[in-house]
Amino acid sequence: MPEKYHIPIKTAEPRHNTIGKYAIIEFREDCAGSCRECVKKKCIYGIFKENYMHLSTMNEPEYLYACHSCFRCVQECTKGIFSRVVNPEYRTLGNDYWKPDIIYKLWYQAHTGKVPVSGSGYRGPFVAAGFDSMWTDMSEIVRPTRDGIHGREYINTCFELSRRVSPLKFGDDMSLVSDVPPILENPIPLMLRLPDAFLSNKQIIISSAKAAQGLDTLLLLRPEDFSDALLPYARNLVPRLNGDNIMDHEDLILKSRAVELAFDSNIQETVRKVRDIKYDLVLIIGIPLDKNAASRAVELTHFDVDTLLFYADENGNELNAEHPRFLKEMIREVHLNLVNNFIRQKINLVFSGGIAMAEHMAKAIICGADGVIVDIPLLIALECRVCHRCRNGLSCPAKIDGKFDSEWGSQRMINLMGAWHNQLIEVMGAMGIREARRLRGEVGRSMWFEDLEMESFGPIFGKRKIAGLK
Amino acid sequence: MKKNNIQFQFPKAVKTPDRFRNPISKYTIRRNARCVSCGLCSELCPYGVHPRYDDYAKPLRPLDYKCIGFKCKENDFFCIDRCPEQALTLRRNPILDTLGDYRWTAEMLIGHWEMAETGNLPVVDLEYSLGNSGGGFDKIRFKIPNPDDYLNLPDTDMDTSVTLNKRGDGRPVRINAIPCYGGGMSYGSTALSVMISRAQAATLLNTLTCTGEGGYPDELIPYADHVITQIATGLFGVREETILHAPMVEFKYAQGAKPGLGGHLLGDKVTPEVAAMRETVVGNALFSPFPFHSVYSVEDHKKHVDWVKEINPKALVSVKVSTPTDVDMVAVGSYYAGAHVVHLDGSYGGTGAAPDIAKKNIAMPIEYAIPKVHNFLKEEGVRDKVCLIASGGIRNAMDVAKAIALGADGVVIGTAELVALECVRCGHCESGRGCARGIATTDHELGKIITQEWATQRIVNMYIAWRKQWCEILRQYGLKSIRELVGRSDLLVHLDYLDEEERSKYQPAPQAELII
Repeated sequence: MPEKYHIPIKTAEPRHNTIGKYAIIEFREDCAGSCRECVKKKCIYGIFKENYMHLSTMNEPEYLYACHSCFRCVQECTKGIFSRVVNPEYRTLGNDYWKPDIIYKLWYQAHTGKVPVSGSGYRGPFVAAGFDSMWTDMSEIVRPTRDGIHGREYINTCFELSRRVSPLKFGDDMSLVSDVPPILENPIPLMLRLPDAFLSNKQIIISSAKAAQGLDTLLLLRPEDFSDALLPYARNLVPRLNGDNIMDHEDLILKSRAVELAFDSNIQETVRKVRDIKYDLVLIIGIPLDKNAASRAVELTHFDVDTLLFYADENGNELNAEHPRFLKEMIREVHLNLVNNFIRQKINLVFSGGIAMAEHMAKAIICGADGVIVDIPLLIALECRVCHRCRNGLSCPAKIDGKFDSEWGSQRMINLMGAWHNQLIEVMGAMGIREARRLRGEVGRSMWFEDLEMESFGPIFGKRKIAGLK
Repeated sequence: MKKNNIQFQFPKAVKTPDRFRNPISKYTIRRNARCVSCGLCSELCPYGVHPRYDDYAKPLRPLDYKCIGFKCKENDFFCIDRCPEQALTLRRNPILDTLGDYRWTAEMLIGHWEMAETGNLPVVDLEYSLGNSGGGFDKIRFKIPNPDDYLNLPDTDMDTSVTLNKRGDGRPVRINAIPCYGGGMSYGSTALSVMISRAQAATLLNTLTCTGEGGYPDELIPYADHVITQIATGLFGVREETILHAPMVEFKYAQGAKPGLGGHLLGDKVTPEVAAMRETVVGNALFSPFPFHSVYSVEDHKKHVDWVKEINPKALVSVKVSTPTDVDMVAVGSYYAGAHVVHLDGSYGGTGAAPDIAKKNIAMPIEYAIPKVHNFLKEEGVRDKVCLIASGGIRNAMDVAKAIALGADGVVIGTAELVALECVRCGHCESGRGCARGIATTDHELGKIITQEWATQRIVNMYIAWRKQWCEILRQYGLKSIRELVGRSDLLVHLDYLDEEERSKYQPAPQAELII
């Protein structure tokens, strides 16, 4: 049996009390005081712990935000002294894209490494912008994989970063005569990168590098972030260079399996220089995801490069556009442009920006990506609240600007990515897709809001009068 | 008396109050220290918000869940204005911000609790027919009816029944008195008292409920004529005798909340009783695989159907499938394999436990699947031979009516029945001791906080209230039977498909940013 890809998940407790959604309010002045029916004692989740004792002995009520929303204390208190509100601190988490609910669930996954599972049905909007306007498909009866949930360990989530030679040429003795470049595969269709505009320090970098090693994936790093402390993880590091500084980092290029080069007008010359330093290097070109992205993809595919890495903004939006399109549409444009030029198989596409949940990874691949970059979620795994205080030079409320154990940090990141990997397998299993590579661009395994509306509602209601999602 | 059409005598609604001391209400009424206990408010309020006992003169806490809120201001009995001491205050209950979600809003939950309590439509101004999801049923409306079409008939003369067997194959025709039956919830996912009460309610309403995949407890046998035996991929609790008991056998190929993933009962809920019923090990999580490993084609599926038909010559066969792109082909295939009922379970349906990624992202919402399948069955010329049942995100009586107008014959209801039992949709059904409210739990202590009689009546009450809504819709369009509503999508409009002027005539879709 070949060795299976395994992510070493281990519980990593949060360092701070988790910011819960709801706060229990207790009007203690109305408490009966010695009630034998005290609902605090009956809470089946035990959230009140010792806090049903006499007021004077009660601790600062940290339990307030651990409420599981059963409403029994609210409904059963003999004096009706309990109520609930949305925790105001919870509302302050993240922003319009990195919503509190996303951050809260990422914390849970970083803590436990488990797939979030819950009872009752879906609770969200019918459809929403971005990735929330598409659904993955599933196979009802006939499944190509014939695996089901018990065959999930046979689902392959690899993706390639190295270019392909096609067709391969063989000699008379059937030996390979084609010049085959080195093969670089990731067992999971994601790479790690620390977000530029966020806090970064030695612990965060070492944690990320350790996580990349634990996940057997790659961490993209600025050259100034490299240090001797990262030597044990060198195999999993990719320096991010540009045409101006490649000659200053010859040593990094020689040590690395892959290098990212920032796109510029001299990219062809830069590629040639890097190849001169180390020929068998996987070259990743970092390109802004803007209106020129699709045409640049075609142009660069003809160069001697392996992977194109497109950068959207941190919320997954097109760069430099008055009305930016979302990552989903941009991936389609780039992917289809390559398909239409019959060169899609020659290049690998990786997209960065706005990948906030496991489903985004699966949906990005369906849209045409080979893999994605995980950035902000790495910091969220360290309990970042996406408050952006660090951008203004202010202290971090999660204290990741101070010292912390990088073992803990890497485990949290590994847990989070482990949960994502499991979720990817869940949806791939449901789709009957056995390889992540086969999922790439497989829109036939997805359903899109606009198509479903047109197909199911068009014949009934006619033409849609409201464009977009409102 | 015939039990299967409009002559069926529906049970009476019986007032069945909240189990808890402090019902959650839309409004709160607070009485402050200025109150002199004059008793005027108690005399004034016809809704009983201010209880007062003859031999006890002190003021009691108002029963604010009975308050009709600010619309009462126009009445001369509005207690807030009439209180001589100005001791009363009325506010929207702030707790509503923490209750409900986009699909089941706080008002929809409270509205259903009131229906389950009284058997009547709520008197409080609650929006219990529209959610906040911003799409699907929440943007579909019935057209403004022509007043001339109104049919002036009492509810007793209206037909809300649905025929399950249209094949004419010699098996029982089977007519349910309401266009709904209960969705599968297994022994293990819900408390036994809940399971039995659902069966008892189904019997009283002359409809069906379903075992789910977890076996057939002996306590269900008295209601066997109204209990569907579900055969799902794990075959838990499936025995020859349980198929023989059943008026209908349901093959569950997939579940809308987790299509393509199989079933999942977390180990915490596998108590000795559950394990014994499923012939498994206590405390071990149970997975039902996906798919049926004996079914990889319609021909394989037909073998399954034939197998059940051979065992029980009187049973009907339902095939429950999820809603992939090719759901229409699956439905036709199921029909040709011999199914009497094709049951589509949409992606926003309920579950005892499912990965969040599956609930939201796999397969299409039921609103899209119903017309797709209905029209395809028509094109294939078999629509009249098969009963099309929809489920998965059908929350209230209006959703039922809209689903039928889109093309379903009837629907399957799961979550709403649990909401009638005061489910708050906290989502913690899946592990630990299970539901803190005693509904989706196998914990002995928690399971006892629901009594069978109470639960049965609450479910009956809710459906009686729903039937009132259906009858009113039918009357408005001059229809006497809900069967005439099937596929009448010409009676529907979708707000996004209307011109602005036309759209303004209809109730807008509720919109609010929620913390969920």
